[in-house]
This record gives sequence, C-alpha cells and structure tokens, in this order.
Amino acid sequence: MNSGIDLEMSFTQGVQHLGLSHELAHLLWIPLPMLLVLVSAVIGVLVTVWLERKISAAAQQRIGPEYAGALGILQPMADGLKLLVKEDIIPARADSVLFTVGPILVLVPVILSWLIVPFGQNLLISNVGIGIFLWIALSSIQPIGLLMSGYSSNNKYSLLGGLRAAAQSISYEIPLALAVLAIVMMSNSLSTVDIVEQQNTAGFLSWNIWRQPVGFIIFWICALAECERLPFDLPEAEEELVAGYQTEYAGMKFALFYLAGYINLVLSALLVSVLYLGGWGFPISIDWFSSLIGLSIDNPLVQIIAASLGIVMTILKAYLLVFLAILLRWTTPRVRIDQLLDLGWKFLLPISLVNLLVTASLKLAFPMTFGG
Amino acid sequence: MNIADSTELICFLILSAVIVSGSLAVVLLENIVYSAFILGGVFMAVAGLYLLLNASFVAAAQILVYVGAVNVLILFAIMLVNKKENLKPIEGLKTRKFISGGVCGGLLILLLRVSITTKWKLPGPTSIGEEATERIGEHLFTDYLLPFELASILLLMAMIGAIVLARRDVTIPKDSINDFKNKKSLINNNIPLLSENSLK
Repeated sequence: MNSGIDLEMSFTQGVQHLGLSHELAHLLWIPLPMLLVLVSAVIGVLVTVWLERKISAAAQQRIGPEYAGALGILQPMADGLKLLVKEDIIPARADSVLFTVGPILVLVPVILSWLIVPFGQNLLISNVGIGIFLWIALSSIQPIGLLMSGYSSNNKYSLLGGLRAAAQSISYEIPLALAVLAIVMMSNSLSTVDIVEQQNTAGFLSWNIWRQPVGFIIFWICALAECERLPFDLPEAEEELVAGYQTEYAGMKFALFYLAGYINLVLSALLVSVLYLGGWGFPISIDWFSSLIGLSIDNPLVQIIAASLGIVMTILKAYLLVFLAILLRWTTPRVRIDQLLDLGWKFLLPISLVNLLVTASLKLAFPMTFGG
Repeated sequence: MNIADSTELICFLILSAVIVSGSLAVVLLENIVYSAFILGGVFMAVAGLYLLLNASFVAAAQILVYVGAVNVLILFAIMLVNKKENLKPIEGLKTRKFISGGVCGGLLILLLRVSITTKWKLPGPTSIGEEATERIGEHLFTDYLLPFELASILLLMAMIGAIVLARRDVTIPKDSINDFKNKKSLINNNIPLLSENSLK
C-alpha cells in the first residue's frame, strides 16, 4: 500500500531546515490540523444551515432566504452574528455555573470526535488505534451536558427535555455501537483509516454497504436519533416541551447547542460515509485508473489529484447524507416518546444483535469476502 | 528533560490534583447534584491518567462505562427522585464519624505502606500501545474466560431483578375504574391506576 501524501512529515522537515529542533517542529505542527478541522467543522455547519433553510423552503414551496448574499448563502452568517450580539440571559433562580458549563459539555465532545474523521490516507488529525471506539466513548459524554443544562435551567420543561434527551441517546447508543462492531469485525481494526482502506479494493463494489445493508440502516436511524433530528427530535418537541432543555437559553449559549447539533449531524454523515460508503474512495479504483493512463501511483501529480479527489468524495458523500437527513426532517412526522423507546429497545437492539451474529457466522463461512 | 517528558509531568500533576480535589468535593459537598457532576469529572480525570500510561483503549472504555453509563444513571436517579425530605437526625453521629474516619485512615496507612515497601520496577514494562485492544480480547476469551462469563451472569441477574421490580402486573377491569369505591381503595393502597387498555 502506498503511503500517499504525508503533510506532517513535510512540514516538520521544512521547519527543521529552518534550524529548529524536531520536538519544537512537532509542537508547531500540532495546532495546525486542529485549527483546520475546527474551521472546516464550522464552515460545514454554515453550509448545512443554509441547505436546511433552502431545502425546507423547497419542500414547503417557498423561496427561502434570498437577500443575504446570492441565493441567501450569507444567511447562516447573519444568524450567527445575531446570536453573538444577543443578550446573554441567565434565569433568576437558575444555577448559573451548571447553566454555563452545560452547553460547553455538549459541544466539546462533538468537536473532539472530529479527531478521527479521515479525509485521506494521512489527512486526519490523529490515526489513533482505537479510532471509532473513541467516537462512541466521546458521544456518551453528551447526555451529561444535556442533563446539566436541563437541570440547571430551573424549568420543568427543560428538565423533562434533558431527561428525554439523555434517555434517547443512551438507548440509541447500544444499537449504534453494535452496528459499528459488525463493521469492526469485518475490517479487523478499530481505526477509521483501516476501515476505509479495507473497503477500497475494488471501487464501489467493495463498499461496506453491500455487505452490511442492515447495519447501514440501523446506524443511520441511530445517528439521526443521536443528533435529535426530526423523526426523533423528542427532547425539543415544541408542542409538548416548548424547546426542551434549550428553553431558557439565549444568545451564544443557545448558539452552542445549535452548533453542536449541526456539527454532530455533519460528523454522523461523515462517519456513515467512512463506515459504509468507502470514505475517501472513488467509485472506481484509482490504482486501476492510473494504470490505465499509464502513470505510476507514486507519481506526484497522481498523488495530488488522488488526495483532492479523496477530500471531494468524502465531503460529497457526507453532504448527500446530510441532504437525506434534511429531507427526512421536513417530510416525516415526529414519533411519540413510547414509540421512540419501543423502536430503540424492541426493534433496533434485537435486529442489531442478529446482524452481529450473522456477520460473525458469515465471516467464519466466507473469510475471503467478509474479512478473515 | 525534554518537552515530551515535562508535558507528561505537568499533565500528571494536573490530573492528580483534579482527582484528589474532585473526590473530596464529591464527598464533602452538600448539594448531591453537584457531587454527581463532579464525580463525572473525576472519572474523566482517571481516564486521562490511563491515557498518560498509553492505555488508550482502557481510557476510552473508562469514559464509555463510567462517564457515559454509570454517571448518567446516577444523575437520572437523582433527578427523577428529586424529593426534598427532612431526614431524622441520626443518633451517635459523632462516634459513627469517628469510627468511619478510623477505618478510612487505617486503609490509607495500609495502602501507603504497600506503596512504599514494594520494590517497583523502574522503568516499568514497555507499553504495547495499539496492540492492547487485541491483547485484552485474547485474554478475555482464553485465561480470563470464567471471570468474564461470571461477570456477564451477574449483570444478567441484575437486569432480570430490575425488570421484576419495575414490572407491575396490576390491572383493573375497564368498567370498574370509574367506580368510586374502587378508586378510593386504589388510592389508599397506592396501586398504580393502570387499565387493561393502557398496557397494550
């Protein structure tokens, strides 16, 4: 396997040529990808918010935002600016410390999870060995933030919303983790890079979605539930709970929830594409394509084109899934809380267990196709 | 001392300070909700210590199990049973505190003695890093299979117990719900008002 472009090595070598020690060069490198990912996550959110407004408008036969920039692309910026300058209100008898920490605890794990999203062979912050497991562990911190903000608002709707949110994300985390486990079993690794590489042997035919169709559906449903998107947006069901745990929040603290929700949506879409749709892989194998033109895969030009194609493919796949999520939000009715819990515990959990069992036996029976 | 070592030392000191002060706060704070939230913070700091020891899988498992499950359940229990209750003053509180303080102090002295008298191998065994996940799996399914299975049976027992406790098979025939006498007796006996229909 070729190693592709390694930006970190080139950067540290370049800095070392300037006369700095290796450690210092590494220290200088560390903040760069973090900053890049933070910026790309926020831009991803802005794009998603714009898409949400435009697609919802189309679904309801409206025009949607139009005046802020061409086709209203600056509307999310205007929204953000509005939230930034709004007064920050803490309700009189609320617990101000917990009220402030809550939204931060919701946002930070989501941003940390971007650590493991690969855009290419070496285009991720850190190829940690526990990869996808880190994401599952980090996403389990979120309910604490939700409970915290629900409790500290000193409002019964907030408390109910917080409890619902925590219950929902606990119950959907189990089928989610089991669906991921089936993938891990097939690729023999928890690392996201290995999972993608194992899928890119024969173009789109080797993507995991063909081998794990049930897992794909389970993962998608659970991801939507974890993001609290519409068929499952029980924690903030307007008709019952005003706005759930967000009821008392205004200004930037509300914006943190908003941001966390959308970053989580983009992240889930990216992870679905990584786990099931071949990540940065092009539908046709690049190796085969380059040999067709007669260029070696190690050719710098081929490398650069392949890397940029990888980034484009990852983002394209993710945004196709985001589009699907937005369409689902504006066309499906909300489920009831008992239906939600029934779906999670009585349907998804047994199905995902069976899926795991079938994957294990298929792996034993056909080690060639199901990763021996 | 190079940058990596000093960073490690600073991280270790900060994490230890967080763990010690956090655990004290969990015990000493009056507000039980604060205690529960700080307990989550302590668990996170312990996960940080595992990370410093190059045990990333154990760290992630610590977060998943202790922060994501145990702590959330504790918070759930506290928030659902948020009853203000004036507890009766306990008799002989001072002697009780004295005894429990003595027990804890003795335990501390014992642990200190063990940690001082044991000859620790320095430097310790080299970490196997990313391979750890596979190694843990191998151990769980070979020489630690029996404890592993016993633990799962224990969990199964707890789960069945919870279901038995939570399940209430009290149903009332539909037409007798509105019966005044029946209603009154239901309230007196504290039986939940479930009709046959509501269980479907």
